[in-house]
Amino acid sequence: MVESTAPSPSPLPTPVPATGSGAMSERARARRELILLLLRRRAFLIGVVVLVIWVVCAVLGERITPYDPFNAFFLPGHQPPSPAHLFGTDRLGRDVLSRVMVGSRDVLIVAPLAALLGVGVGTLLGLVMGYYRGIVDDILSRVVEAFLALPVILVALLTLVVLGSSSVVVVFVVGVLFAPIVARTVRSAVLSERQLDYVTAAKLRGETGLFILSREIFPNVLGPTVVEMTVRFGYAIFTVATLSFLGVGLQPPSPDWGLTVSQEYANMIAGIWWPTLFPALAIASTVIAINLIADSLQSVLNE
Amino acid sequence: MTLTAPPPQDTALKAALRVEDLALSYVVRGIPRPVLRGVTFEIRPGESYGLVGESGCGKSTTAYAAVRYLPRNAVITGGRILVSGDDVTKMNDEQVRQFRMHHVSMVYQDPGAALNPTTKVGPQVAEAFAVLGQPRKEAEASAIKALQRVQIADPERVYQRYPHQLSGGMQQRAVIAMALASDPKLLVLDEPTTGLDATVEASVLDLVRSLQAETNAAVLLIAHNLGVIRTICDRVGVMYAGKIVEEGDAAAVFERPQHPYTLGLLRSLPRHGIRKSQRPLATIPGSLPQIGADLPACVFVDRCPLATEICRTVDPPNVDLGGGRTSRCHHIDRLGELTEPPASAGQDTAHGELTLSLSNVSKTFRQSGHDVPALVKVDLDMFDGETLGLVGESGSGKSTLAKTILGIETPDVGGELELDDHRLNPKSMERPTEDKRSIQMVFQNPESALNRGWTARQILSRSVSKLTGLKGKAVGERVDKLAASLRLSQRHLDLKPRQLSGGLKQRVAIARAFAGDPRIVVADEPTSALDVSVQAAILNLLSDLQSENKTSYLLISHDLGVVRYLADRIAVMYLGRIMEVGESENVFRGPNHPYTEALLSAIPNVDGAATARIRLEGEIPSPANPPSGCVFHTRCHRFIKNLCEVTEPPLIEVEPGHLMKCHIPVDELRRLQAKARQEDVVLTTPPEALEAAAAIAADNPG
Repeated sequence: MVESTAPSPSPLPTPVPATGSGAMSERARARRELILLLLRRRAFLIGVVVLVIWVVCAVLGERITPYDPFNAFFLPGHQPPSPAHLFGTDRLGRDVLSRVMVGSRDVLIVAPLAALLGVGVGTLLGLVMGYYRGIVDDILSRVVEAFLALPVILVALLTLVVLGSSSVVVVFVVGVLFAPIVARTVRSAVLSERQLDYVTAAKLRGETGLFILSREIFPNVLGPTVVEMTVRFGYAIFTVATLSFLGVGLQPPSPDWGLTVSQEYANMIAGIWWPTLFPALAIASTVIAINLIADSLQSVLNE
Repeated sequence: MTLTAPPPQDTALKAALRVEDLALSYVVRGIPRPVLRGVTFEIRPGESYGLVGESGCGKSTTAYAAVRYLPRNAVITGGRILVSGDDVTKMNDEQVRQFRMHHVSMVYQDPGAALNPTTKVGPQVAEAFAVLGQPRKEAEASAIKALQRVQIADPERVYQRYPHQLSGGMQQRAVIAMALASDPKLLVLDEPTTGLDATVEASVLDLVRSLQAETNAAVLLIAHNLGVIRTICDRVGVMYAGKIVEEGDAAAVFERPQHPYTLGLLRSLPRHGIRKSQRPLATIPGSLPQIGADLPACVFVDRCPLATEICRTVDPPNVDLGGGRTSRCHHIDRLGELTEPPASAGQDTAHGELTLSLSNVSKTFRQSGHDVPALVKVDLDMFDGETLGLVGESGSGKSTLAKTILGIETPDVGGELELDDHRLNPKSMERPTEDKRSIQMVFQNPESALNRGWTARQILSRSVSKLTGLKGKAVGERVDKLAASLRLSQRHLDLKPRQLSGGLKQRVAIARAFAGDPRIVVADEPTSALDVSVQAAILNLLSDLQSENKTSYLLISHDLGVVRYLADRIAVMYLGRIMEVGESENVFRGPNHPYTEALLSAIPNVDGAATARIRLEGEIPSPANPPSGCVFHTRCHRFIKNLCEVTEPPLIEVEPGHLMKCHIPVDELRRLQAKARQEDVVLTTPPEALEAAAAIAADNPG
């Protein structure tokens, strides 16, 4: 051992920014800074406020609506907006405002579940494709590309017609159709991750592919996965609304926005715009709100 | 407070670049964080000035400020920057444009990124002239002339090439040609040779020097390699935490530093051929303060062994030492108290038992239908407790050899790896745990080598339990022991990589490699991503670990100082072949294979120019199409016609343990090399060899 006895200028541990007890606070500080950065973005705040309003409507439902959204026939149909009925009434004389408020409920259950399923399956596929490369990647990539070539709405429509429409089937169909898109995003993240030397180091100590994928690589591609989750959630709302509009999604008497639009839009020609416009705006505001959140999240994570 | 009187106005006007008390902050998340804290220096026309310092000291920021090319969040909070008398900080956008067009040029670190990949090189250079108002035809002619001026042998051919078809050295020449188009008064070079191989670096540095003499432009050079600065610069400024702490004539500063930081920096370099057995390298304890940190009066005080109370309270004066030298220190008179670490009692380790032997190992990659041999019939032995240094330019097969030993790449059929008398499975995954733990690796970039989602303790525990089979408490004990031997504290273990400094990260990576008491550790450029003061600490640790554990190292490095310090034996590779192998002492003393001779002479030296200089012409041939005969003959300055291009020389033992692959008899080599050293001449590749190279290139267009 070439150690000198005197207090020699041998290498001393260099100080680090954080002290031992400060390790946690350092991590907490990083997280707090991330949240602060998000909160400083107006787009993010707008998105969150709009989304929270719809979630509150969905959770509290009938308890906060001015009228019973399902109780019809207490007024003549198609009353224009008035102080008593801010959004007017629909063809059956139900309060449009109350129905729009409650209408968020179904879509806010179905769409996140579909997005979750899509991101879950897609992430799994992406991890496997990106890590194993070679023949596995080649085959799965072709399958994924084949799926991507199919028009989502058309396939969903056909499947729902064949399997019959229920919320469970909608979740399943939309989830499966989203998976390939997610798979491609995750795959490219994994591709750059697997180049890093820590993966080589893991192989050198004999780790299995499953361990490297689940414990070494997956936590590091979580960022893009979370962003993808948010983006897909937005698309899922739109897709579910479209399917309802086409009559294969949620079924009457659900006050679902897409369904309402489909039942009322024919009356637009007669100048009765309010039962169509307000649910349509509700769909648009939700999708935009979620996209604002996704964009902010993405740029903050990339900073 | 400064002791130097402000220079009279006329010199301020005459200076090509004058930076006065420049203060600059980066605004990060709304908070201004000071990066430059009063930088003052001056470059006269025709002078070259180097800024040195560890990463994060502000040297690049200073250079970019001089050309007003700063990121959006940079705010100049004080001082002026005068280029030929004009204040750069006060210009409006149009003035900046005119200023950049006519007065300054910049050469960047990565020439590949500085050139537009979709446009041919010639038109890009011509554009630099067209911007200045030359008509198209004239600009084209100027471009050809400019390419000639940067010593591109065949400018018409290069004109028609795309950037990716040129080597890094040629690309950098083209970038320099563009930079010189406007005949700038100030040329800023930011790490111009960092990505280049030693032999190419040497010729680019030669070019910069001769162009500077020719154009009389002032040069501001940023480089972390002190040897590069010494080769190019007349004067040098040493920066620390946003201040220039010492300034003066380059030779004088490097020979007799007058600031504790400069002294520490220079002593942490493995210089003058010192070896691990002689003494440990000096280190600078601590690390550079965080950007934007509140600093005491003297910025270096927290790491300075001479610091006293006054250093914390009174800003040290910029002491004028005469001869244009200044040092910002209260205790210049006490520099003598700083001594180098005492010599070690250790002897050069005698050869141990044979540990690993490679015989007839080749590796051929298939690339779009072509065979590309990366290793050709390599025979190599490694012994217990020794360090084998592997040197050679990029593409020489060093990393492929390392990967083959590690089992990441599988050698071609016929190659054998033996570890302690048993055959090693070529695939790492199929090796028994015993073999896996025996051969481990330390990577170049600790950033990428450590999983950023794991804490240091998780990283080490996993390796320990996986490689040693220990369980439960025993794992923790082993991790603590490892951490202690790498001088990592318990608190470091609970941090994630991004919370650790570069040096600490590399220690964690080394600890991981040592988790299972390895017999052989492959270290691929283990210190090239680190600052020199940190490099010294890591080299000391590697040396200590080796003498404690009798581990063998396979050390890959382009830094011959590092190789000389750590290596007991050295193998020199070229195009996948071992050209020379021998005891470190013998290789550095010579006689050498001509390629080794060229490599040794190419390394820019902090201690002044090497005695004999050899400038290799031409490009490193493609491994897919290696030259006939001796693979080095196309660039060799000792080329023998009708011999070297015909037959491949065998690897001959010229003295015990010293093997060489050259036709020239060893005594003749010894005589020639002694003569070259004496005569102090520049040797280049003879025309016959270049013709041979051209013939090969003609056979294989593209």
